[in-house]
Amino acid sequence: MVDISYYILLSAVLFTIGAMGVLVRRNPLIIFMSVELMLNAANLAFVSFASMHGSLDGQIFVFFVMTVAAAEVAVGLALIVQIFKSRHSINVDEMNSLKG
Amino acid sequence: MSIDLILFLILAVVALATALGMLLSKHAVYSALFLVLNFATIAVFYLLLGAPFIAISQVTVYAGAIMVLFLFVIMLLGSEVLAPSKVLRGQRWAAFGLAVVLVAETVYLLVSRHAAVGVIARPDAFLNTMDSLREIGTALFTQYLLPFEVTSILLLVAMVGAIVLTKQEKGGQK
Amino acid sequence: METHGFAFLAPWLIFAPLVGLLLNILLGGWFMKQPWGERAIGAIAASASGAAFVVSALLAYTVSAAHGELMTVPFAQWIHIGTLELDWTFRLDSLSTTMMLVVSGVGTLIHIYAIGYMHEDVRFKNDIPRYQRFFVFLNLFIAAMMILVSGDSYMMLFVGWEGVGLCSFLLIGFWYDMDTLGRSSWANSNAAKKAFITNRIGDFGFLIAGFLMFWRLGSFQFDQVFAAAPALAASDHTTIILITLFMLIGVAGKSAQIPLYVWLPDAMAGPTPVSALIHAATMVTAGVYLITRSAPLYTLVPEAQYIVAMTGAVTALFAATIAVGQYDIKKVLAYSTISQLGFMVAAVGMGAYVAGMFHLITHAFFKALLFLSAGSVILGLERGHHHLAHGHGHGDHHEEVFDPGDMRNMGGLRKTMPVTFWLYMIGTLALAGIVPFAGFWSKDEILLDANLHYTGVYWILTIAAFLTAFYMGRQIWMVFFGEARHEAAAHAEESPAVMTVPLMVLAALSVLGGALNLPFEGFHNLTHWLGHTLGEVEAMPLNGVVAGVSTVLALTAIFVSWLLYGRNPLKAGQPDPLKKPLGLAFTGMENKWFVDEGYWFAIVDRYVDIARFLADKIDWEFWHDFVHEKVIAGTYNWLSNSALNEGLDKRVIDAIANGLGKATQWLSGTTRKFQNGFVRSYALSVFLGVVIILGYLLLK
Repeated sequence: MVDISYYILLSAVLFTIGAMGVLVRRNPLIIFMSVELMLNAANLAFVSFASMHGSLDGQIFVFFVMTVAAAEVAVGLALIVQIFKSRHSINVDEMNSLKG
Repeated sequence: MSIDLILFLILAVVALATALGMLLSKHAVYSALFLVLNFATIAVFYLLLGAPFIAISQVTVYAGAIMVLFLFVIMLLGSEVLAPSKVLRGQRWAAFGLAVVLVAETVYLLVSRHAAVGVIARPDAFLNTMDSLREIGTALFTQYLLPFEVTSILLLVAMVGAIVLTKQEKGGQK
Repeated sequence: METHGFAFLAPWLIFAPLVGLLLNILLGGWFMKQPWGERAIGAIAASASGAAFVVSALLAYTVSAAHGELMTVPFAQWIHIGTLELDWTFRLDSLSTTMMLVVSGVGTLIHIYAIGYMHEDVRFKNDIPRYQRFFVFLNLFIAAMMILVSGDSYMMLFVGWEGVGLCSFLLIGFWYDMDTLGRSSWANSNAAKKAFITNRIGDFGFLIAGFLMFWRLGSFQFDQVFAAAPALAASDHTTIILITLFMLIGVAGKSAQIPLYVWLPDAMAGPTPVSALIHAATMVTAGVYLITRSAPLYTLVPEAQYIVAMTGAVTALFAATIAVGQYDIKKVLAYSTISQLGFMVAAVGMGAYVAGMFHLITHAFFKALLFLSAGSVILGLERGHHHLAHGHGHGDHHEEVFDPGDMRNMGGLRKTMPVTFWLYMIGTLALAGIVPFAGFWSKDEILLDANLHYTGVYWILTIAAFLTAFYMGRQIWMVFFGEARHEAAAHAEESPAVMTVPLMVLAALSVLGGALNLPFEGFHNLTHWLGHTLGEVEAMPLNGVVAGVSTVLALTAIFVSWLLYGRNPLKAGQPDPLKKPLGLAFTGMENKWFVDEGYWFAIVDRYVDIARFLADKIDWEFWHDFVHEKVIAGTYNWLSNSALNEGLDKRVIDAIANGLGKATQWLSGTTRKFQNGFVRSYALSVFLGVVIILGYLLLK
């Protein structure tokens, strides 16, 4: 018997760590990993609630999230490769051509 | 303190530690490996929560396919460590402050709305059998058929996009 | 009102000449290209006028058959405003039908005469296409004159009054681009303008009379005015006097009385048929008709009657003295016309309306005859001059300025123009008042009335009658007797039948016209006829003393003129024999007593001075330079430049606009720093948003 609050809190902390990663790290690959971590935190919350309610819908949602994450990673990594090819660097702090 | 809670706490510590490891590692490969560990830990959580199918998918899709792809790209680009940067100095502290606030908000939420949250029972034997897997399959192909097909198209598009993006331009070689 | 007999034809009085003029306007241009075109145009115009005469005759018959009963023929609604209800109604009574007969009868004869006269005139003046225009104007005149005499209200009368004034203007200025001798000049159009402006002064009087009438009597319709007038005369005598005197100003303008007669002599600039028709026989009698028509008003105010009578009498004498000193054949007749109009005005002023109308009719006959004969004389001289110019080598005589109207160029025309001579003689005898010609009877009737009521007027008119006989005698001796004083007169040729036949008709009327109203028991036809309209008056028998005095005076005058001009005919270049005995007085007569110069000095020059003052000082220096330039434009400039531009626009509005621009610039310059292009800061913003929104939801 575990109070769901623990799971939620864990999920929140993991999500926050992922967000920190997105904000703090300069390597786009690690930023991507952080995004994956945030998705996983959300997935954990989904599954927790699904378990609490005894329903399968949460699990199926997680399944869809995973697929989307996979697609995202495929495209994202392809983009990073392409950026590296043209600029010979993947440091996000060197990319500010959208500056106003 | 029940055995469930003890198990949860141990796993939570591992998950947090690996997440922080991913965050703080200077080397990108270390980060990736920490993340694999974290995903695995979360897969155990899924098992604890009575979702064996998700747990298996977590291991195969995330820890397996996605993270391998990450490692592959890291090594391909040779960008394990980046040179230190001078820009956006206050970013780190702002992010940390906001993160603390966010966690504080979550704690406040959980404390103030305690009554609305339930408990999670230990998963019984049934949930960890193939029957639950069959039910998921049934739901996917009946109730969630349309999202499922859309997802498949999404994957196809992502695949095509990835190929197009990374393809060598024939004219560009000359 | 039920209409009798031919009364329904009344509108054709106006439509007949209008149809004629429209035909000539529309088809005249085409006619003029045909060899028979001039005759066609003349025939159409004359037939139109003749049709009006026939209608007039039928209407007169209708009135006569109804024993002179007044008939009105409503034709159209005209002006309905507030309490004013004015309809276009024809008034048929013995007075109006008499006028119609005179106008259309004499008019038709003059139309016929003009066919021949204008044929030659346009050739002498070298502008043949103007032939068509002449007859259009002439028909328009007949139409306007018919409106004048047939109207049932002062307003309708005024429309005709203005219409004939317009025609007069158009016809005086018919040869608007030359003077009377055919030289290029604006003299004729100046004469036309003079006539028009002088008439305008008179019309102004007429209009004020009309306004007063409507204000105090509430109507323009004759019967209503006359019905309301006695009550007003009893309560407010002054207003009636004002109405009648202002009307007299209108009469003085139209009928060429002192002080507004000056336009009529200059009006001789028009072609001779115009002088005969408009400026002798018909239009100028409109004033006499107006007073006669307004008889019920004038009868109420003897003071005004006296003023009218004196105006007429003084005019009669004054104009007669000027006529004595004139050399131009038409000018003599013009002043004679003024003088005779003075007789008529004096007569109607004295209340002798029948006598005035009688003289109006006979005068129309013999003065038309005289003018047309004078035209025949002038054309005869033109022909002689023309003949000479072609006979004796070209060029010689074209250089010389030849005035075919100057009596000093004439003489001895009795032999070369015998028909014209005899016609002229008849006209002269009629005008001079010799028994039994028409003029004798009518003039005698006026003198008789004057003798009875106004002795002063009687003596003035008698002297005027003496002078009339004298200047007519002088004219006859100078023109037809003696030897030719110019080669042109020696070679003068007689006029064609188209001109002389209408003259013969007029001559017959001049001889027999007196029969209309012989002063014998059982012969007062006109008195009874007009009595239907003007009220029965006692017909006066012949007064032997008055008739005798005037006849003796007339014969004496003709004898004196023979002594001066007939016994020793004038030689070429010799001064007038009257010049010596009369001295300065004759210079005055010759120069029209300098009235024109006086008017010019007293009115026109002063008017020009005022106009110049207004233009230079008031308009230009004050209004333009000061008010417009300095006050309005200056203020505006100051306002727009200093106050609005420098002050408001540049300091305030520009500051606002620029301030907004600068603020936007500063804001964007500041905010663009947030848009630093680093994806991590964008992410931070998103994260911040998430935290804030979550915080808001929690604390809500």
